[in-house]
Amino acid sequence: MLDVKEIRKTFNPGTVNEKTALAGVSLTLNDGDFVTVIGGNGAGKSTLLNAVAGVWPVDSGSISIGGADVTKLPEHKRARYIGRVFQDPMMGTAATMQIEENMALAARRGRRRTLRPGIGRDEREHYREMLKILDLGLEDRLTSKVGLLSGGQRQALTLLMAALRKPELLLLDEHTAALDPKTAAKVLGATERIVQKDKLTTLMITHNMRDAIVHGNRLIMMYEGRIALDISGEDKKKLTVEDLLARFGQATGSDEADDKLLLG
Amino acid sequence: MDVLLAFVNSLPNTVGQGLIWGIMAIGVYITYRILDVADLTVDGSLATGGAVCALLISLGADPWLALLAAVLAGMAAGLATGLLHTVCGIPAILSGILTQLALYSVNLRIMAVGDAKAKTKSTLAVSVDKYDLLVTSRYIRKVDLTNPLILLAALTVVAIAVLYWFFGTEQGSALRATGSNGHMARAQGIDTNWSKVLGLVVSNALVAMSGALLAQYQGSATIDMGRGAIVIGLAAVIIGEVLLGGVFINFALKLFSCVVGAVIYYAVITLVLRLGLETTDLKLLTALVVAVFLTIPYWKGRYFSKPVRPAKKEGSARA
Repeated sequence: MLDVKEIRKTFNPGTVNEKTALAGVSLTLNDGDFVTVIGGNGAGKSTLLNAVAGVWPVDSGSISIGGADVTKLPEHKRARYIGRVFQDPMMGTAATMQIEENMALAARRGRRRTLRPGIGRDEREHYREMLKILDLGLEDRLTSKVGLLSGGQRQALTLLMAALRKPELLLLDEHTAALDPKTAAKVLGATERIVQKDKLTTLMITHNMRDAIVHGNRLIMMYEGRIALDISGEDKKKLTVEDLLARFGQATGSDEADDKLLLG
Repeated sequence: MDVLLAFVNSLPNTVGQGLIWGIMAIGVYITYRILDVADLTVDGSLATGGAVCALLISLGADPWLALLAAVLAGMAAGLATGLLHTVCGIPAILSGILTQLALYSVNLRIMAVGDAKAKTKSTLAVSVDKYDLLVTSRYIRKVDLTNPLILLAALTVVAIAVLYWFFGTEQGSALRATGSNGHMARAQGIDTNWSKVLGLVVSNALVAMSGALLAQYQGSATIDMGRGAIVIGLAAVIIGEVLLGGVFINFALKLFSCVVGAVIYYAVITLVLRLGLETTDLKLLTALVVAVFLTIPYWKGRYFSKPVRPAKKEGSARA
């Protein structure tokens, strides 16, 4: 489904701030894979997601989604394949627009925007039904401005919007990191339901090792712009936090995982 | 008392000016409020609209055709700013300034087209005695169909109706999303560069239309008719919001509040002129009005914020 080959990205090349964020990452996701991504600050997790989403072009390497080469496509054109939820709850929704307007925008992801009405009469009922999945009472507030919602509500709505038109790839960039633990658990629960319902191919970054182990069928750990660990299948099911730390130490010869990841 | 009487006496003209600038203010609303871009092209494109319209009328064209041509010229100006911003990557404000500056030269040339003697002109008169104009201040007191207020009101209503329809379409929604949150818009597959260019084109179309009407209304196009237009537009938008923002929630009414803001702006200007200020003092006054109205909401939030009592009913709505 997703095929990333040897992608590299260096920020601020030739300056004192030069930072190699991706040092040749290759990754293949099969249809229906739910991959969790962990790693310390600056390991390249978000950079990997942004590279796939097309926020900026990569220096070298190729990215294809569902067999289509998207390496040279700008962000908005890749959006027809990709649903995204950002770390910042403010980033995924338009605050000055209504809940139903936001959903209508998401329902037209990847389609040509015409001069037909931005939201159809029969769409509203459909959105109301979908919002019930979140169990946040949003189904009764279709015409509320999104800016009035809490961070957790906005993040849950963004998640719903990302999956509204079944994406070939769902990118979740630490989408629960900015939420309080209780809300984070709720949003994560909704994530699990939505991903399972449509068998979405998903790449989810998380700071939380336990979440990374509990969710998904495959786990990737990044370190210094590379994939240091890739654990899947039965191996992943049996995984514990202690295992993970030990194997990360073996793979990289570093013990920083203990400090950075457990504290993070 | 004399001052008040004179003020009331000049009310029709105030409303006329206000309606014309109201159309311009709607254009400013589209960029400033919807697209979240302060577009300084308008100082130039207003005069471009006036110049193109006056030129065509003086060459014998139908005034409606001249108005249409002015609108197209405004669109071209918006397109130039849009391309400078999106294709060339120049910050929006600077792109607008560049187009505005360039239009100064262009407008001088436009007004001299077809003139054997001059290569550039800074004024172009279109007297209602010689030409068939759509609107003119001369008939502002007439109680019949030639009164320009009728046509101006009709044009305003049509402009608001068309924009209300457009911003409800898929394209229009995409444009609103672009201004509200670019990240979100791109993630939903919206080409935000296209949206920005489109918004600038639509905005400057309205501004040039306003300029075309203004040139006819006052009987001439002048090179500096647009100077400070952006600030007048902002004043109208902000006055409309401050006075009517709480009541006018509907989008069409929000656009209408720009027009009301423009009329009120001209009423205030007329009043202070009657009180003895010179017309040349107006720029200072306008700048002060905008500065004050922009300051109020900021200071309100910063120095006079009241503790918000939690609404009991909303408790369950929080996640």
